[in-house]
Amino acid sequence: MSKPKLALYWAASCGGCEIAVLDIEEKILEVDANFEIVFWPCVMDPKYKDVQAMPDKSIDLCLFNGGIRTSENKKMAELLREKSQVLVAFGSCAHEGCIPGLANLYSKDSLFKRVYKETPTTENSDGVYPQPVTKVPEGELEIPEFQEKLVPLSAVVPVDYTIPGCPPQPHQIWAVLEHIIQGKALPPQGSVLGAGLKTCCDECPRTREEKKIKRFYRPHEIIPNETQCLLDQGIVCCGPATRSGCGGLCVKVGIPCRGCYGAAPESPDQGAKMMAALSSVIDSQDPDEIEQIVNSVADPVGTFYRFSLAGSMLGRNRK
Amino acid sequence: MKKISIDPITRLEGHGKIDIFLDEQGEVANCYFLVPELRGFEKFCEGRPVEELPRILTRICGVCPEAHHMASAKACDAVYHVQIPPTAKKLRELLYAVFYVADHTVHFYALGGPDFVVGPEAPAAERNILGVIRKVGLDVGKKVIHLRSMAHEILTILGGKAIHPVTSLPGGVSKGINEEERAKIEGYAKEMVEFAKFTLKIFEDVVLANKAYVDLILGNTYTHKTYSMGTVDEKNRVNFYEGKIRVIDTLGKEFIKFDAQDYQQVLAEHVESWTYLKFPYLKKLGWKGFVDGQDSGVYRATPLSRLNAADGMATPLAQAEYERFYKTLGGKPVHATLATHWARVIELMYAAERALELVVDPQITGREIRVIPTATPDEGVGCVEAPRGTLYHHYITDEKGIVQKVNLIVGTTNNHAAISMSIKKAAQGLIKRGVQITEGVLNKIEMAFRAYDPCFACATHSLPGEMPLEVRILSPDGEVLDKVERF
Repeated sequence: MSKPKLALYWAASCGGCEIAVLDIEEKILEVDANFEIVFWPCVMDPKYKDVQAMPDKSIDLCLFNGGIRTSENKKMAELLREKSQVLVAFGSCAHEGCIPGLANLYSKDSLFKRVYKETPTTENSDGVYPQPVTKVPEGELEIPEFQEKLVPLSAVVPVDYTIPGCPPQPHQIWAVLEHIIQGKALPPQGSVLGAGLKTCCDECPRTREEKKIKRFYRPHEIIPNETQCLLDQGIVCCGPATRSGCGGLCVKVGIPCRGCYGAAPESPDQGAKMMAALSSVIDSQDPDEIEQIVNSVADPVGTFYRFSLAGSMLGRNRK
Repeated sequence: MKKISIDPITRLEGHGKIDIFLDEQGEVANCYFLVPELRGFEKFCEGRPVEELPRILTRICGVCPEAHHMASAKACDAVYHVQIPPTAKKLRELLYAVFYVADHTVHFYALGGPDFVVGPEAPAAERNILGVIRKVGLDVGKKVIHLRSMAHEILTILGGKAIHPVTSLPGGVSKGINEEERAKIEGYAKEMVEFAKFTLKIFEDVVLANKAYVDLILGNTYTHKTYSMGTVDEKNRVNFYEGKIRVIDTLGKEFIKFDAQDYQQVLAEHVESWTYLKFPYLKKLGWKGFVDGQDSGVYRATPLSRLNAADGMATPLAQAEYERFYKTLGGKPVHATLATHWARVIELMYAAERALELVVDPQITGREIRVIPTATPDEGVGCVEAPRGTLYHHYITDEKGIVQKVNLIVGTTNNHAAISMSIKKAAQGLIKRGVQITEGVLNKIEMAFRAYDPCFACATHSLPGEMPLEVRILSPDGEVLDKVERF
């Protein structure tokens, strides 16, 4: 029997998802032994046209990381969807836009203006911006078009499964691959793989009591004690709105969760869930005081939607 | 006009691509190095609380997030005018030194090293880490996997996450280490020093003992006379974490030595419409285009540049090798791009020795690891030596510490112009009329930019460790006349 065909691809991403795959260390040899890796630009044969030449649906499993930022990202997403039986949004960028999705708070023009005109070291009196096609004395040069918004993979093609995380933790990646190698059936289409069914709080070793918050602290404003829930101590922690799966890495080192594993199960909007979680811990009945406490949360959008803005209902452009 | 496209499909902020144009005589007319992606961190960090940037800007790069985490934390300290406790500083630097050991190791064994250890003319299928193992022994592969695994364990202890660390924040770090953790890291650091010695020995036996390789390194095809940039300590020795930034000219004379906060007076960036990445240059000399020499503002910030810009190394074994480096290569400065590989191994030695120094420092297990900033935040610059070049983060905030403006000059970006020039020079030296463009020719062009370990190659930090290339020769009307692939 021939081995199942595996493809991995990156779009607009940092490379961390690829490193996370390599961080399964010696298990990578088992992946190599059990799959036929047909496309993985990071480590091997990158020929786009070979993928184009493959029969439709001939790739059994495609792990796609990175958001869709340029025309090239979109083209690759469409091609790999066509060629893959199972397409997985791998990592936070493909899942819901991740941190680069915060760019959707600004227009393309304002991004270009900042990067290519305003930054204090930039010398650009002619106002040159990158262009899809540039004529040079020797011929033409082409770069992909930068699109107005960054969107998650599911915004351009149907996605079968999601593996969340920034990056997905290596033990979770291996758990998914091992499941497939062992020939076990996948859960229903649309499921989240390689993550838990609870919230980050479930994996947090800190003790929780009934929360009573008179003010919120920013992480640098308070040295939390080592055993008590960070939110109990007034530090905005996105654990209650975030899916379990990472093992509580940040909270274990005294740093609040920012939600990289995406929305908690059965709560479609991570930011809305987080706002609900915070409103329930405010210790006041006085509207003015409540407003004051709420205002002590710095940057609600960039905190509650740190990883999920581009995939959220809120994720639209703002000038 | 014929056009050759080299489409490495690897990463900076996207997939790097090289277009080489041939003239009617079949000689190289010009080369362009295109970076086809932008993400715009400089804009969308506006509005964010500044203490969050060390966790946000790590997402520029998943291969060197530690560099961004450190530069960002230092910029935050500067914004808040806060001095971090000595233990916090040492913990940050320890994390950073261990990261360097891992990063430089992977480059040497998987990316750059195979060209020398296996040989530039060897078949592509051999020219990778597996080829290195076959040549030097299976033990090497095991050592590299073991080293990477030790580094991940230390980075998780110190940074919270092995990819995208989280522990540094304005005023210090969120987590210290206990004696048990310290002892474990010390054991690993000792192994790292031994590993660095072993690596230097491989370099000596395989590369330096082979006259053909030394001649290749010193040959004109891979030489560019540029200014060199690097961070130095108070004795002008290489430092990755802190110090002043020193630039020397093409003759080795100090051009300027400055504090990171003054970077705007020294550096400027040029924009071209055919790439999303800018081209930094020395402001005083100006942008003269893609040319080297004493009058050009093009500089380099690489392991080789750091050695050139310094007077020595701060640890004994690295210093001994530093002296041998310049003695062997004919004195300072060295402009041979391929010598960057040797410089990187010397830095590997320094990073391992420095990690060991730090982990046996009595202060490393101190409990005072954070102070709460009290000053009004305003503006700050944070700078470290990223493995691929000097990294600058510059933030301006309002009085509440909400970010108003961000400017970033990122490791590989420093070398954008120099990389373009090195590719062109190698292509000009190797592609001639009537010369068939073979596998070996492609690899030798590739070697010109692999020496920089450019971050668009980051992701090839992996087993095969080589750039896939597609070279097409196109007629003026776009017809494909010839095609060579190497995958």
